[in-house]
Amino acid sequence: MSGLQRMGAVAAKELRQLSRDRVTFGMVVMIPLIQLLMFGFAINTMVRDIPVGVVDLSGSAAARIITEQVRVTQVVEIVALYNTPAEAEEAIVAGKIRAALVLPRDLPQRLASGATAGQWMVDGSDTVVGSALLGLRNMPLRHTAGSPREAYTQPEPSFEIALFFNPERRSEVNIVPGLTAIILTMTMILFTSVALVREHERGNMELLITTPIRPLELMLGKLLPYVFVGLIQITIILGLGRLVFNVPFQGAALDLAIVTLAFIGASLSLGLLISTIAKTQMEAMQMTIFILLPSILLSGFMFPYDAMPRLAQYIAEALPATHFMRLIRGVYLRGAHADQMLTDLLWLLVFTAIMLTIATKRFHKSLD
Amino acid sequence: MTELAIQTHGLCKRFGDLIAVNELNLEIPKGEIYGFLGPNGSGKTTAIRMLCGLLTPSDGEISVLGLQIPRDAEQLRLRIGYMTQKFSLYDDLSVSENMRFMATIYGLGSAASRDRVEELLNRYALQGMRDRLAHDMSGGQRQRLALAVATLHQPDLLILDEPTSAVDPENRRDFWEKLFDLIDEGTTVLVSTHYMDEAERCHQLAVLENGYLRQSGPPQQLMDELKGRVLEVNGPDLRTVKNLVLEVPGVQSAAQQGLHLRVLFTKNGPSGDAAISRLNEALPNRNLSIIQGKPSLEDVFVACTNGEDHL
Repeated sequence: MSGLQRMGAVAAKELRQLSRDRVTFGMVVMIPLIQLLMFGFAINTMVRDIPVGVVDLSGSAAARIITEQVRVTQVVEIVALYNTPAEAEEAIVAGKIRAALVLPRDLPQRLASGATAGQWMVDGSDTVVGSALLGLRNMPLRHTAGSPREAYTQPEPSFEIALFFNPERRSEVNIVPGLTAIILTMTMILFTSVALVREHERGNMELLITTPIRPLELMLGKLLPYVFVGLIQITIILGLGRLVFNVPFQGAALDLAIVTLAFIGASLSLGLLISTIAKTQMEAMQMTIFILLPSILLSGFMFPYDAMPRLAQYIAEALPATHFMRLIRGVYLRGAHADQMLTDLLWLLVFTAIMLTIATKRFHKSLD
Repeated sequence: MTELAIQTHGLCKRFGDLIAVNELNLEIPKGEIYGFLGPNGSGKTTAIRMLCGLLTPSDGEISVLGLQIPRDAEQLRLRIGYMTQKFSLYDDLSVSENMRFMATIYGLGSAASRDRVEELLNRYALQGMRDRLAHDMSGGQRQRLALAVATLHQPDLLILDEPTSAVDPENRRDFWEKLFDLIDEGTTVLVSTHYMDEAERCHQLAVLENGYLRQSGPPQQLMDELKGRVLEVNGPDLRTVKNLVLEVPGVQSAAQQGLHLRVLFTKNGPSGDAAISRLNEALPNRNLSIIQGKPSLEDVFVACTNGEDHL
């Protein structure tokens, strides 16, 4: 009974301190806000409007039609016309354009014989741009003889592609739920990793450990307020994601709450463990970054998990963010229920229990 | 025989090669103010932390309020109040918030804690600043708050580690009045200090230096033991005289205090009139007037530590 009261007292105290710490309190709101807008608007893995030039050596009607067809893909934006390939190459080197389409003098004959129509000169230094242009290589060019209208009404493409869940292929849809994992990893681990260290540094701990408080009461009391902080943050991210980026929520609120709480618990207890290892707040921050970087790079947020090398996958599996990334995308975008993704959910719960146990065991009420 | 609040036997603490506390034997009776006097680095804080169960001794036995430390440290927590050297309450919480928080941690129920906090706010003149953040308080106010918190759960033993190092003399005086009030109520107080005037107020004193217990006993007794060994030398050109005095056999130390030179003789040296004539013989034609001085605690400290460390 008094154990619960002590835990509550620690939690209330922590919340009070948090509300008086303007910087930290601001971070609670500003981190999700800024990151969301940054990732949502600036990072777009769907490549559009790459500036390119065209070198038409044939001066034929077919060349104009091909140029038009390339333009309407919207992958590229034709910003300049050049007279010779050399001029175009110079423009690529100068960075004015990222690629140039060269249509040779004998274009009509090539088209008639079915030979390669022209050449893309591509600045390969940015692989994303490069691969987007590679996609244009196999663009069908069968209807080149007639009018542009004829070209648009191509009868049959080679493949029919059906895109589920994100038919417009907007990257925000994938990024916004994934961003919750990154932001929660960042803030939850950061806040708790300094939790105990800060009390040590400020000298509060020496007094606290001469009181009857038990380590677990102190640990849980310290975590509790940040559970609410985490819930506030995810509400901000997903709420704004819906308002600003129109990311649809396909799942159930209960499932969302369950997987989110499991992840918040895992991150907080990991932060707490760091707090029992680090000697200074600085060290705690460094360790947080050590966890944060792989979480951003390997969790599936930036690069698809399946495309990563085996070793990276093993590392990713050890990170709570990877499991939450699957859970949140499943629940939020595909409408999955928590019990359909039990493996990842259980993994997070077990992880939380283990981290909390180690942290509590590591914490001694002494200054030895 | 009075009951003992703290008893240690052969208490040692080593940090690597450094011996912070060496073979410390203490017998601290209940109901008294017991002082640890010593310079920084003399082992006061380390000894105190071992007594509280915060540090595990390298060697030796500790019994505090009949409990074996560190084995029974958890049971001890409810019975001692500890005031750390550095202010260790929360800067960003107000006076009453700090007190209510600690009251709950000590397991006082919500009604009991409210009453006790009010009582202590009045007792330590904190009523007017109950909503002030600890951060915005003066040194003396913070000490009163820390003392109030340390006594929240009415501990039998109060351990204070240099409680007044950041406090002006008037507040210090006030603070000691509060300590004597607590003694009156039956509390035992262990306090460490490097102020002579503070040490003099203690019932009993232990002089620590480099981890060793050099002397212990009531301050008056310690000072009386030096009777005859302290001389006051008046005269011109005292800086030169001082250097000459230090050459005289049997002289342990000499230090200028205002207009006179204070000379301390070793335990085995001459004392009283014999000491006066020894100095007069050694320093002829210097026009000095030499009289016996009243031993002070500083003399006690210098006498038992060879004056190697200065306070």
